[in-house]
Amino acid sequence: MAYFTQQLINAITLGAIYGLIAIGYTMVYGIIGMINFAHGEVFMIGAFISLIGFMICNLLGIGSAPVAIVLVLLIAMAFSSVYGWAVERTAYRPLRGSFRLAPLISAIGVSIALQNYVQLVQGARPKPGGQVVSGGFTLFSADGFDVRVSWLQIIIVVVTLVLMAGFTWLIARTSLGRQQRACEQDMRMAALLGVDVDRTISLTFVLGAALAAVAGMLFLLYYGVIDFFIGFLAGIKAFTAAVLGGIGSLPGAMLGGLLIGLIEVFWAGYFSSEYKDVAVFAILVLVLIFRPTGLLGKPEIEKV
Amino acid sequence: MVGPRLPAMLKDAGLTTLVAAALGIFIVGFRTVDVGSRTGLGFDYEFADLGVALVVIFVGRFGLSLASIGLRWPAIALGAVMAAVGASPLELPSGFLHWFVVLGGVLLAIRAAWPWANQAFATAVATPGGRALDRLAAKWIGVLMLGFALVLPALPFADQKTMDLGVLILTYVMLGWGLNIVVGLAGLLDLGYVAFYAVGAYAYALLSTQHGLGFWAVLPLAGMFAATFGVLLGFPVLRLRGDYLAIVTLGFGEIIRLVILNWVDFTNGPAGIGSIPGPTLFGAVFAETAPAGKQTVAEMLGIPFDSNQRLIFLYYIILVLALVTNLFTQRMRALPVGRAWEALREDETACKALGINPTNTKLTAFAIGAMFAGFAGSFFAAKQRFISPESFTFIESAIILAIVVLGGMGSQIGVVLAAILLIGLPEWFRDLGNYRMLAFGLAMVLIMVFRPRGLIAHREPSIRLHPVASGGSG
Repeated sequence: MAYFTQQLINAITLGAIYGLIAIGYTMVYGIIGMINFAHGEVFMIGAFISLIGFMICNLLGIGSAPVAIVLVLLIAMAFSSVYGWAVERTAYRPLRGSFRLAPLISAIGVSIALQNYVQLVQGARPKPGGQVVSGGFTLFSADGFDVRVSWLQIIIVVVTLVLMAGFTWLIARTSLGRQQRACEQDMRMAALLGVDVDRTISLTFVLGAALAAVAGMLFLLYYGVIDFFIGFLAGIKAFTAAVLGGIGSLPGAMLGGLLIGLIEVFWAGYFSSEYKDVAVFAILVLVLIFRPTGLLGKPEIEKV
Repeated sequence: MVGPRLPAMLKDAGLTTLVAAALGIFIVGFRTVDVGSRTGLGFDYEFADLGVALVVIFVGRFGLSLASIGLRWPAIALGAVMAAVGASPLELPSGFLHWFVVLGGVLLAIRAAWPWANQAFATAVATPGGRALDRLAAKWIGVLMLGFALVLPALPFADQKTMDLGVLILTYVMLGWGLNIVVGLAGLLDLGYVAFYAVGAYAYALLSTQHGLGFWAVLPLAGMFAATFGVLLGFPVLRLRGDYLAIVTLGFGEIIRLVILNWVDFTNGPAGIGSIPGPTLFGAVFAETAPAGKQTVAEMLGIPFDSNQRLIFLYYIILVLALVTNLFTQRMRALPVGRAWEALREDETACKALGINPTNTKLTAFAIGAMFAGFAGSFFAAKQRFISPESFTFIESAIILAIVVLGGMGSQIGVVLAAILLIGLPEWFRDLGNYRMLAFGLAMVLIMVFRPRGLIAHREPSIRLHPVASGGSG
C-alpha cells in the first residue's frame, strides 16, 4: 500500500507535466487540424532556457528559490512563445490550403532542425542543473516503507493546477477564447464575422508554447538533467495523452496526461522499466484503434 | 520608388531582427559548457556571434523586401556583397559565421533572381525546340541514369569510396521506391517505415548466424516477414485518417526498435549482431580464403582476388533489387489494385461509393511497401555484416520520407534525384557533421513551403477517362 501510494504520487507529478504539453497539441489540432510535431522541441527549448535562466539567477546572486522560479518561469514562457510564434509564421502559415499532409511533413522538418540547432549551439552532452528546490516530508510510513512527498512535487502539481485553471478561464470567458472556439468551429465563418483568424491561430501557438515551456522548466526541476533529445519522447507521450483524452478537448488533454503518467510510472514500478515506453506507445495504438475519438472527444463527422 | 516604402521596409527588417534576437539571446548567446567540477556548468558568452548573425538577418530581410518590390538588381548586389564579406579573410568570431554570411548572401541572390530564372525556363520550354527537348528528356533521363548505373563499376573513377556511396544511394533509392507505393501512390503517410527495414535486417541476421541460412534463401523470407508485420499492423489501423495513421506508424516503429533494444536474449540488444555472412555467388564466398567446404568466387571464376569484387557484387545486387521494386510498382499501377491506390489517394469517399474496399486496398499497398523494406533490410544486414538498433531510429524513417516527398510523391525518377541529393551530397561533405541534419530539416520545410509537390511534380493519374486537351493537364 505504501509503495502504491508512493507510485501514485510520482505518477501524478509526471502526469501534470505531460498534461501541460498535451494542451499545446490539442489546441493546435482543434483549431487547424494539424499535428504540431515540433511541439516537443519547443518543450525542450523551454527546458534549455530555464536551465540558462537558473544559471543566470545564480550568477546574479538571486538566492531565494521562489523568486528564481517565478522569474525563470516568466522568462521561459516569454521566450519559448517566440519560438512557437516563429515556427507557425514561417513553417505552417504558408502551407494553409496546401495538401493535407504538407504541414505535418513541414513540422517534422522543423522538429529535426530545432533538435540539431540546439545540439549545435549547446552541445550534445546532457546538462545537469535546476537543483533549486530540495527536501520534502514523509507522509506516512507503513511496512517499513516511507511515503515521501517532495516540495518539488507539490510545486509541480500546484503550478499545473493554477495554469490549467487560468487556461480554462481564458478559453471559456475571454474574447480571445471566444475567437478561438469560433475558429475551431468554422474558420471561414469566423473570418466573415470579423475574427482575425491569423492572429488567433498565432496566439494559439504562443499559448501552447508558453505552457510547453512551463512543462520544460518543471521537467528540468524534477529530473535535474536535460539534453537536446528530450523533446522527441516527451512530445510523443504528450501527443498520446492528447489522443487518449480526446484530441481537441482541453479537459481531455489533462486527463490523458494524468493517465499516461499513471501508466508509465506503474508499468515501471510493477513490471519493467525497459518496456515502459512500449506500454505508452501500445496504449496510443490501442486507443486509436478502439476509440479514435479518445475518452472525452467528440466523434468527427466526415464531410465530402 | 524606394523612397516612400523605405521606412516600412526598415521596420520590417528591424522586427525580423528583433524576433531573431529573442530566439537567439538565451539559446545562442549563453553556451553552457562543462567546467572542471563534476556537476558544474559554466557559460561561454557568444554575443559577438549572435550580433553578426543578427546583422546578416537584418540585411537579408531588407534585401528580400527590395526583391519583392521589383528591385532585383540591388538585391542581388546586396547578396553578392554579403557573400564577398563572408568569403573575405575578415576576422569573424567563428568559422561557422563565415559560412552563415556566405550562405545568406547566396540565398538572397538566388531568391532575387528566381522569378527571372523561372520565366526564362518557361519561355524556353514553350518554344517548339524546347518542348521537344523537354519531352525527350522526360522520356530518356531514366534510361540514361540506368545506363550510367549499370556501367558505373567499370568507370575509371569508381574507387572503393564511390562504390560504397553508390551502394548507399541505391539502398535509399530502393527504400524510397518502396515507401513511394505507400505514400506516393496510396497516399498513406507512414512514419515508421524503418520498422520493416529492421524486421528484414534482423530476420537475415538471426537466420544466418543462428540457423546457417544463406542470403538468397532468407531474402524472400525477410520480405515475407516484413509484409506479415505490415499486415498485422495495418489491419487494425488503416481505417484511421491520414495524420492519425502517421502517428500510429511512428509509435509502431518505436515499439519495434524498443523491443529489439530490450529483448536481449533474442536480438542481443544494444550490442547488436556481428559477423553476419555476406551474400554468396552460386555458393561461392567473397573472401581471400574460403571457409572449409566452400570455395571463393575468385577460385571459381579463376581470377585473382580483389577486395573490390565483393563491393561490386553488392552494388549489382542492390541495383537489381531496386529495379525489381521499380518495375513491380510500374506494373502494379496498371492493375486494378494499383488504380485503386491512386483513386483512394485522391478521394476515399468516392472510392467507397464505387465499391472499392478501402481497408483491403490500403493493406495491399502497406504490405507490399513493407515487403520491399524487408528485402532492403536483409541486404543492409548482409552488406554491413553488423547491425544494431542504432541503425533503425525514427530519423531513418524521416530521411526516407524526405526522399519521397522531395522527389515529388508518386514520381519514380524524382526519388532517384532526391536520394542523390539528400544522401550523396551530404556524404561528399562529411565535414559538415551536425550541420548536415540541420540543413536537412530546414530543407524539408523549405520544400514544403516553396515546392510542396516536390522536385518532379507528378500527380498525373495513370489513366484518364476523358483525355484532356493538349497542354491542359493538371
